Amino acid sequence: MSELQLKDLYDGFRDPEVISGFAKLIEQEAKKLKKPINIMEVCGGHTHSIMKFGLPQLLPKNINFIHGPGCPVCIMPKERIDHAYALAEQEDVILLTLGDMIKVPGSRGSLQDARAKGADVRFLYSPLDALKIAEENPAKKIIFFAIGFETTTPMTTALIDIVLKRSIKNIFFHINHVTVPEVMVELIDSRDEHVDSYNNRIDAFLGPSHVSVITGSKIYEEFPRKYNRPVVVAGFEPVDVMEAILMIVKQFNEERCELEIEYKRLVTHDGNIKAQKLIEKYFEKASLFKWRGLGNVPKSGYRLKSEYSAIDAEKIYADILPKDEIEDHKLCICGDILRGMAKPQECTIFGTACKPSTPLGSCMVSSEGACAAYYKYGNLI
Amino acid sequence: MCLSIPSKVVSIDVERNVAKVDTMGVTREAGLELMEEGDVKVGDYVLLHIGFIMNKIDEDDALESLKVYNEILEKLDEEERRQMVINDDNCENRGQ
Ligand code: SF4
Repeated sequence: MSELQLKDLYDGFRDPEVISGFAKLIEQEAKKLKKPINIMEVCGGHTHSIMKFGLPQLLPKNINFIHGPGCPVCIMPKERIDHAYALAEQEDVILLTLGDMIKVPGSRGSLQDARAKGADVRFLYSPLDALKIAEENPAKKIIFFAIGFETTTPMTTALIDIVLKRSIKNIFFHINHVTVPEVMVELIDSRDEHVDSYNNRIDAFLGPSHVSVITGSKIYEEFPRKYNRPVVVAGFEPVDVMEAILMIVKQFNEERCELEIEYKRLVTHDGNIKAQKLIEKYFEKASLFKWRGLGNVPKSGYRLKSEYSAIDAEKIYADILPKDEIEDHKLCICGDILRGMAKPQECTIFGTACKPSTPLGSCMVSSEGACAAYYKYGNLI
Repeated sequence: MCLSIPSKVVSIDVERNVAKVDTMGVTREAGLELMEEGDVKVGDYVLLHIGFIMNKIDEDDALESLKVYNEILEKLDEEERRQMVINDDNCENRGQ
């Protein structure tokens, strides 16, 4: 067997000929389907890959994508962004965060706006960069506004670990990490007694790539068993997505309902145990986390354990953090989009009042959201 | 923000607990905090995410997938060729 080259890992999984090869196999297999199937890709990385490589056009009409809750930035409710804004406004605070987070508007504006007004808000490539900033600014309080799914959660806990071990006194944390399986359950079977049990059209799930690298595939076990929805954990190169779709279609044709892994080169059943232990050490589940576009989802968010209150910005700054509940925009139908009941174009303000430069709902907020992806690649659909 | 890129480990600094990796020809450093001690070696393929190595790429599984893809290509080519012959045989314009 020839040895693996780094180049293979980039090119091999996005080879256009292999993609069309899979498209043909899927077409043959899909002819046998008894009814159309809707596949939800839970993770925004998949949404992006699917739209960027135009995969919907390559698939037969009886296979549809439902674009899932996507990215951690999209689902961040205004309440939490308002927290970050209030923290950034403090004289002696440097607020740090990742990704597109700084562009997302809260009720008083985005973190970018806060920065324009003089707040010290910085965007990090890695949580580890916080160490240098803390060292260079000993008189300041450095607050890391931590966001992300299971993929990113262990990186925050690794930073916490370093901060505590080195007794660094000026780094604090505002934790907004959320978890995937709980929201998948919410989409097919709401457990919140205050929310009606949902209508949904999800027949199968494409399991997230990098979330699963950390958690392992074990977190999806209940979906085939209890909810009768197959899950195939897929990498997010286009070839991975196509192969996973073929695996899902085969399950339907062979009347199987299972958890399978397509992304075997990185995902195991157990995942990264060391990362999971770090999370367990510092975090516990909060009873509810509010998802923008979906509302409260039980046990879907982490918070610092009480013994780490000394580094918990949410506790230290409790007095200045706004507590008002903020409704999602009345016309926004993100909730229905996420459950496969509507497509972005069906929203009356899609592309007009709501567009990437002025997002009104969660699905338009970052390039990984369904509405933003349709806006950007809409001419392809 | 979830973009996680495959990289190759070039060297390891045990003291600082970081690995130097090659990502598409660019060399940079990544934290080893999420990996068990001694688990990552020079020459390993790893997945990087926001400054950390989050896991090793299983070489055998990656090679296996690439092999399957090649087989699909070869098989489809054959099938496509056969299809072309069938199409040609059934061509309504034959003889026109
Ligand atoms: S277009 Fe905007 S308002 Fe409409 S559903 Fe999408 S995100 Fe919500």
